[in-house]
Amino acid sequence: MLAFAASAFADEIPRADRRSGSDFMSRETRAMQDDDTANPGMLWVLEGGALWTRKTGAAGRACADCHGDARATMKGVAARHPSFDAARGRLVSLEQRISFCRTDRQGAPPLAYESRELLALAAYVARQSRGLPIEIAIDQRTQPFLDAGRTTYHRRQGQLNLACSQCHDANWGRQLAGNVIPQAHPTGYPLYRLEWQGLGSLQRRLRNCLVGIRAEPYEYGAPELVQLELYLMWRARGMLFEAPAVRP
Amino acid sequence: MASALINVPERAKRGEVIEIKTLIAHTMETGFRRTQLGALIPRDIIRRFACTYNGTEVFRAELHPAISANPFIVFSTIAVESGTLEFHWTGDNGFSVTQSAAILVE
Amino acid sequence: MDRRASRREFLLAAGGVAAGLGLGSIVAVRPARATPAEMEEAIRKVVGSAPVSPGKVKLDLPPLIENGNAVPLTVDVASPMTGADHVRVIHVFTQKNPQPNVVSFHLGPRAGRARVATRVRLADSQTVVAICELSDGSFWSDSADIVVTLAACLEDGI
Repeated sequence: MLAFAASAFADEIPRADRRSGSDFMSRETRAMQDDDTANPGMLWVLEGGALWTRKTGAAGRACADCHGDARATMKGVAARHPSFDAARGRLVSLEQRISFCRTDRQGAPPLAYESRELLALAAYVARQSRGLPIEIAIDQRTQPFLDAGRTTYHRRQGQLNLACSQCHDANWGRQLAGNVIPQAHPTGYPLYRLEWQGLGSLQRRLRNCLVGIRAEPYEYGAPELVQLELYLMWRARGMLFEAPAVRP
Repeated sequence: MASALINVPERAKRGEVIEIKTLIAHTMETGFRRTQLGALIPRDIIRRFACTYNGTEVFRAELHPAISANPFIVFSTIAVESGTLEFHWTGDNGFSVTQSAAILVE
Repeated sequence: MDRRASRREFLLAAGGVAAGLGLGSIVAVRPARATPAEMEEAIRKVVGSAPVSPGKVKLDLPPLIENGNAVPLTVDVASPMTGADHVRVIHVFTQKNPQPNVVSFHLGPRAGRARVATRVRLADSQTVVAICELSDGSFWSDSADIVVTLAACLEDGI
């Protein structure tokens, strides 16, 4: 496992120095995240819980009919995504896996990316991993995707010709446009971003980053984004999951 | 999604001052934002929030566009008797949501 | 660049230039802004000709917030909250938002405690004012300054 995952990039943050984005936030924003009665992300978790038990699709099935009580069965699931879908022979994000369940098992139309329903279900599932360490398993099936994600992370892109690593590995902790640059660990997705005034996925945030460096953002669900998700989750392995987080 | 999260203690001592937290899903469109082509996006906000305790209004708030999306309001009331607390949110475009919570006062 | 221009306006201009895309932001629209005079007028509408004295009210705002979309705000008034002596209303105003009014909380002796909290939108670094009306008809105020910053890597040019 160690041999597969060895990194040739000296820039990477040493394990001991890794900190979640919540460490870079103000006390007040952190308090918003830590209080379930004040965290706006919990509205999506609440809706996701309702959707979990609602029968839908040609099969007339609810998530609960196969998966039972999410508090038990979904424990750790979000902290282990993206993962390899053997049937499809490719890497899938949590949102994609939920949507595939909709089409394959419930016989319902797929849920659109960033739709209220998909985000609610993702938030509800992700909530069940809160407090657990991120665990990404890399084997010969997922190694190529990890490598592709790592390459994207280190590649200069966009009109500003910046690579993710230049801000988030080499300059984390410094100020950019009035805020502190975090280390870019996806410890809390899907999360409530104050800028969005709503809950959104990691892919939405990555697209914001790409717009920020004036690069053409990949489409939702694009393999480049899922691979980048995998690399970022792997880079954050061992860190505790915080979903649904709050971020500026 | 008219879901609301209400945090009220299930039980309280008679005369105790209890804190109530409410959170409701709403975009609170200010009416000051414009689309990329310059068209004004019309205002669509929650205008009023009220709490009644066994039918008597004990708290009311008038909201303006400056209240954040997914309005969060915290207030207090005295636990006078057991019964039902009702929470009403009303606003633009006929928005109207009511939720209630029971309280046991001993 | 006008020193008083907000960071949001700076980024709007910078984004418009650097975007270089066909559609981008065709209309450069200056965000609406109230003035301190408009805030005074909004306060007058509520208070009438009565004097407003500083004191009794405590307005709590973080001194700096990373995003102006959801700023936690708490107002606490020292009051016994009895039938004879209580807080009737708490009003909040801003100086630089497009509109000066933020919220009005109506309390009364059933409240038990004159303490309310919410989250507000603040368009820029500015002064926020809280005014309370007591049962004896007197008005009291407090104000707080806040610096509003903005993250990099936003969704669009705005």
